[in-house]
Amino acid sequence: MTDRKGVVIVGELSDDNLAPITTELLGIGRKLAGDLGQELSAVFIGSGIGQAAGEAVFFGADKVYVIDKPLFKDYLTDSYVGALDRLDKQLKPEVLLLGHTSSGRDLAPRLAFRLGTGLSQDCIELSIDPGTRLLQKTKPVYGGNALAVYVCREGRPQMATVRLKAMEPLAYDASRKGDILPFDPELDEATIRGKLTGREKDEIIGVKLEEANVVICGGRGIGDPESFQQLEELARMLGGAVGATRPPCDNKWCPAHYQVGLTGKLVSPLLYIGVALSGASQHLAGMSGSKIIVAINKDPEANIFRMARFGVVAEYQKVLPAFEKKCKGLLYKT
Amino acid sequence: MNITVCVREILDPEIPSKAFKIDAEAKRAVKLPDVELVISDYDARALEAALQIKDSLESKITVISLGAESAKNVIRRCIAMGADEGILISDPSFDDSDSFATACVLAEAIKKQGDFELILCGIQEGDWDAGQVGSGIAELLSIPSVTRVGNIEVKDGGVVVERVVADGRETLEMPFPALVTVSSEIGEPRYPSIRRVREASKQEIPTWNAQDIAPVIPRNELISLFIPSRELECEFIAGETPEEMGSNLALKLREAKTI
Repeated sequence: MTDRKGVVIVGELSDDNLAPITTELLGIGRKLAGDLGQELSAVFIGSGIGQAAGEAVFFGADKVYVIDKPLFKDYLTDSYVGALDRLDKQLKPEVLLLGHTSSGRDLAPRLAFRLGTGLSQDCIELSIDPGTRLLQKTKPVYGGNALAVYVCREGRPQMATVRLKAMEPLAYDASRKGDILPFDPELDEATIRGKLTGREKDEIIGVKLEEANVVICGGRGIGDPESFQQLEELARMLGGAVGATRPPCDNKWCPAHYQVGLTGKLVSPLLYIGVALSGASQHLAGMSGSKIIVAINKDPEANIFRMARFGVVAEYQKVLPAFEKKCKGLLYKT
Repeated sequence: MNITVCVREILDPEIPSKAFKIDAEAKRAVKLPDVELVISDYDARALEAALQIKDSLESKITVISLGAESAKNVIRRCIAMGADEGILISDPSFDDSDSFATACVLAEAIKKQGDFELILCGIQEGDWDAGQVGSGIAELLSIPSVTRVGNIEVKDGGVVVERVVADGRETLEMPFPALVTVSSEIGEPRYPSIRRVREASKQEIPTWNAQDIAPVIPRNELISLFIPSRELECEFIAGETPEEMGSNLALKLREAKTI
């Protein structure tokens, strides 16, 4: 165990650039590596990725390992777990971090069990305990009602997946130096038991939820799909996006990909307006990063008011048209 | 075909946040008298996924749960929904299991219980939200897995699944035996009939303990559990009518430079 050294982050790319989660992982990775007095490395897996992967140096990586082969063009559990298993044997890091993304949350648990170590997922805080030098991992539990702090004393590497937008990236520094090294895990293709046969993208009209500066979420109290149209109209006017809690998605009042919550989308807009939703902790976990939270609900006891900056206790059907009208007046005045 | 579904009994998460209390010493949530024990929602959806397969293909569904004696209620509910049988694994030495220990014990139980084509689990448990047990079981049993599946089709000695990803869906194929975890996209769990509830209450549910399955040392240590403090005071917008409140809200947000 004492021959383990270094922090490794598993980076992801998006449209030939570093995905934001990668720069966030490098930010926290740099801090942990500094506290341990060790190196920070990034690893990227894919096909045709060399150019973009190298950018990780300018965001804090001392070394960038690039696993670039046609075999890894698409994410598959078996191939990516296999590749990282090989990399771990070579690099023997003390700490291994991934993003809590679609692939990260599929990959990390399988990899942790493969490597014989412990994992904490969806961490919002990571730190090195100065006494024990163990990685302390803080994550929300009980649907976001509480926070739990974990350590893994025996297993190595110490593993965590990190929640999107929970960590700060370093500033881009074009003068930073680092090594970019190819790595071939020499995987036996026969060990890959799954096959990707198709892909379908959600049709997003307008602003993406995760990127919107204004998010309007509808809840169980909306009542029907037609009423969701009101929210769409309002969102359009404010230049934002519409989201939902689970009941409207279950009831098919809106598309499933509108769901904001613990296992849905994570949003962190400047303005969040929750309409006719109670504020179950599962949903709050998905929007607690919002700057200004507004809630409209006819129930004064609704949980959402405990988190809101501004609240309106009234029927949304009467509130929204007047709100929209006033906004229009304010926005389109010179 | 044989399908195994792993289910967990948890404290009802749908209670108002202000009613949620923890025991910082014991490092777990407190079970208050009016809070019920229920099946973890994603596990109920995993069972629903199994039942959807059974609707069109002859299948035997076995439900397995690691928990307290009371978890038999959750197993009975699963049987009432349409599962064929259930097994409870319960012993004081399993009480402080983390994801690793839970996955190990469940994997052993699945091996002991017999052959299977498909194992279904929820994407994460509704209390600790660790999200590892399904993948862990698959790794321990050396079978392929896909997490967060929204649709499952049994075909040609395997499954064709739709994995839900951030910007859409991916279609994947896996041979049996395999494990799949599901989230809310799989559909709402069906309600059991009164007749099935009655029948399930009479069904024998064996309990396996530490003599049947060896306890496992956890890998993750919980060193602290706390409720973060919220220091926010909500400002309720004034108005004689809802319409006036709506209007005043817009003014308030303009004042706060938000719109």
